[in-house]
Amino acid sequence: MTIDYSEKIPNNVDLAGNKTLQRALLHWQPEFLHWWADMGPEGTSNVDVYLRTAVSVEPKGWAHFDYVKMPDYRWGIFLAPAEADRKVNFGAHKGEPAWQEVPGEYRANLRRLIVTQGDTEPASVEQQRHLGLTCPSLYDLRNLFQVNVEEGRHLWAMVYLLHAHFGRDGREEAEALLERRSGDADNPRILGAFNEPTPDWLSFFMFTFFTDRDGKYQLCSLAESGFDPLARTCRFMLTEEAHHMFVGESGVGRVIQRTCEAMAASRTDDPATLRAQGVIDLPTIQRYLNLHFSVTMDLFGSDVSSNAATFYTTGLKGRFDETKIPDDHLLVGATYPVLEIRDGRLATAEAPALNALNEKLRDDYIRDATAGIERWNKIIEKQGVAFRLKAPHKAFHRRIGPLAAANIDPDGNVVSAAEWAASVDRWLPSAADRVFVASLMGRVAAPGRYANWIAPPARGINNQPADFEYVRFN
Amino acid sequence: MSDGAQTVEVIRQHLIDPEICIRCNTCEETCPVKAVTHDARNYVVDPAKCNSCNECIAPCPTGAIDNWRRVDRQKAYTLDEQLSWDSLPAQQETDAGAVADTPLEVVQFTAEATAGQGGTAVPPWSAAHPYTNLYTIGRPALATVTGNFRLTADGASSDIRHLVLDFGGAAFPVLEGQTIGIIPPGLDAAGKPHHVRLYSVASPREGERPRYNNLALTVKRVTEDHEGKPVLGVASNYLCDRAKGDRVQVVGPYGTTFLMPNHPRSSLLMVCTGTGSAPMRAMTERRRRRIALNEGGELMLFFGARSPDELPYCGPLLKLPKEFIDINFAFSRVQGDPKRYVQDRIRERGADVVRLLDDPDSYVYICGLKDMEHGVDQAFRDACRAHGADWDRRLPELRAQGRYHVETY
Repeated sequence: MTIDYSEKIPNNVDLAGNKTLQRALLHWQPEFLHWWADMGPEGTSNVDVYLRTAVSVEPKGWAHFDYVKMPDYRWGIFLAPAEADRKVNFGAHKGEPAWQEVPGEYRANLRRLIVTQGDTEPASVEQQRHLGLTCPSLYDLRNLFQVNVEEGRHLWAMVYLLHAHFGRDGREEAEALLERRSGDADNPRILGAFNEPTPDWLSFFMFTFFTDRDGKYQLCSLAESGFDPLARTCRFMLTEEAHHMFVGESGVGRVIQRTCEAMAASRTDDPATLRAQGVIDLPTIQRYLNLHFSVTMDLFGSDVSSNAATFYTTGLKGRFDETKIPDDHLLVGATYPVLEIRDGRLATAEAPALNALNEKLRDDYIRDATAGIERWNKIIEKQGVAFRLKAPHKAFHRRIGPLAAANIDPDGNVVSAAEWAASVDRWLPSAADRVFVASLMGRVAAPGRYANWIAPPARGINNQPADFEYVRFN
Repeated sequence: MSDGAQTVEVIRQHLIDPEICIRCNTCEETCPVKAVTHDARNYVVDPAKCNSCNECIAPCPTGAIDNWRRVDRQKAYTLDEQLSWDSLPAQQETDAGAVADTPLEVVQFTAEATAGQGGTAVPPWSAAHPYTNLYTIGRPALATVTGNFRLTADGASSDIRHLVLDFGGAAFPVLEGQTIGIIPPGLDAAGKPHHVRLYSVASPREGERPRYNNLALTVKRVTEDHEGKPVLGVASNYLCDRAKGDRVQVVGPYGTTFLMPNHPRSSLLMVCTGTGSAPMRAMTERRRRRIALNEGGELMLFFGARSPDELPYCGPLLKLPKEFIDINFAFSRVQGDPKRYVQDRIRERGADVVRLLDDPDSYVYICGLKDMEHGVDQAFRDACRAHGADWDRRLPELRAQGRYHVETY
């Protein structure tokens, strides 16, 4: 199914055949562009960026590369191809045909799921809007912009669902998505992590590795939804989400690579010496990792949640890889271990599996993220440096759920408030760490050149040569 | 030569770079033949399932998926080996030796072109030893265009040309049936250098003009793709537009099996369409120049084209003595005549075809568009059935004896 780019809103959902919907979206479009101009990446109105644009939803059409002026990027509405005779695969409606329209009784919950997911998309664009000014290379600048336009498209994907299936409520929610602002005291974004600043590129890479990976797990769960338009929308979004995690994994990996090269060259692991050489010492990288990991842990929601149970039982949101799990897909009577504090220590308790679905998704996520951290450790090993990065305990530094009340160190020990205060600067980025990292952020915008604190990538985008001009300033 | 002749088959194995891969699962999700799988450590490609359809290449966000190694089929990296890797192995020397230097696109193209003969074949036992890979993309040879003649009639719908390239003082030894690569100058739409394009040599080993260091190509100006959509072939238009004196970058030569036998009394059964006639022209010309030696053996040619106007080398062919070569034309677009294809002619001449197939000194060569392959196979089967032979038994024998060679594109 090819995407018609001659239409004002490129789409593969036959928008032209539904005039009411088309009108509603054409009305929303200028508001979106207005928001993009206000809150999108700074200073990019006249820049040509070597971007990947989907020209069809078939595999060969996912990656058309060309120079695009950022404001002219064709945000569109793309659903993955429909699966014939798809069924609801879990919960009380298991085995029924998947819904093409919103079931009336689940309308409010479904809308809430879509709005919560949709809200993260513009939020991250807002969080990252100043980063272009301090890019470490044209390659990285291009990757940032690619992430930004794709988050913008993900917003479109969710807004399409709201407009197409939720009538007036949906249209109002779509407008509200453009009104909330990341970090705004009066009208913040819905989820905590999306109100944190992304002040520097190390934070950006950590964010795309850890927080966008939460996006992957949420999208994977929604791609299992019994509501077929949501499933198809999310399935296509996942193809773009993968690129964001690539930016994060390779970004942090290149920072580590550069640091280890400096460590090997000067035979030192002294942070002060390394900082003087303008690279980011590994303990600082570990602290950034701890922060972004723990903030992302909170995004999965409360460890025991009746909402999660409801979303599952009603067929709205499945588990990660739902259809590949060999069980009854009903989970009635099943249990799942969750953490609690007992006698001043962390202990596990069995909770009803339906209520522990957030925890299950969190654990799936941790397995994936930990494997990525191990790949970073391979880079360190390869340079002959004796240091290992480590994911903190999942109870560390939580702000949501029963664990939020306690102070838990990165190894999972419950500590006193005094111990926490005395050690927090060893566990999380301190003000001094942030000042140091910020001090490295200078703009490098010559083709083939890279900031001192980051190694060049192993391979160019679309296999382009090292000195390719990924961004052209006019 | 026994039936158990060993074939060394080099494949282009698809691998994923574990150092660049982020384990996002996109490739596994995309693969239409379920060749991609993973464990907790790596994503891997099953060489028994991967058909190089490349559906997974564009969706991969990292480029990790776009890695290839030339390996002997028997020694392809297993799934267990791939699952244990922390980094990709370096390209190893293959049993086929120099093949490891061949540009990947040449390997892939050759693999596709020779699929019809069931993978890389063995050459005829009396073939001369071919030189390969003397010139690489990094170090191409420079040839000078010394001739560029249109072979098809002025009114014909296709523009097929006979190009003569001279290598001056550079050694560029070729055998009939070998191919050379042309590098069109400039960059493609993605800003990368153009791929190498392969052309069969149309002249015999001692040169288009004997004792000069030259060779000939048969080049059709490509103006539409396989589906008939208008598209200008980069290399073919580049070559067709060359004037005398222009310089062209050449790599190769390539090809170690689609070669002619050299022993007396050996016969050639040739089936071709369009520019697939290039290697047939080279072999025929080799034999023609040696007529006086009375070496024996027959030449039988089945040659298809739309009309006589569009048949390259039609005039010179018709001048050849009947006792030297048995020519069977098939024209599919001649006004007033029914459409005839090479396979129709093969069936009509079934008795002689089967007589040649029965002769252990005969060698079969098929070259032309991919579409013809199935029809020709069917025609051989029908001819065999009609004359008391069994094609399904005969074909593996022919292959094992280096007597069946296919190049289709």
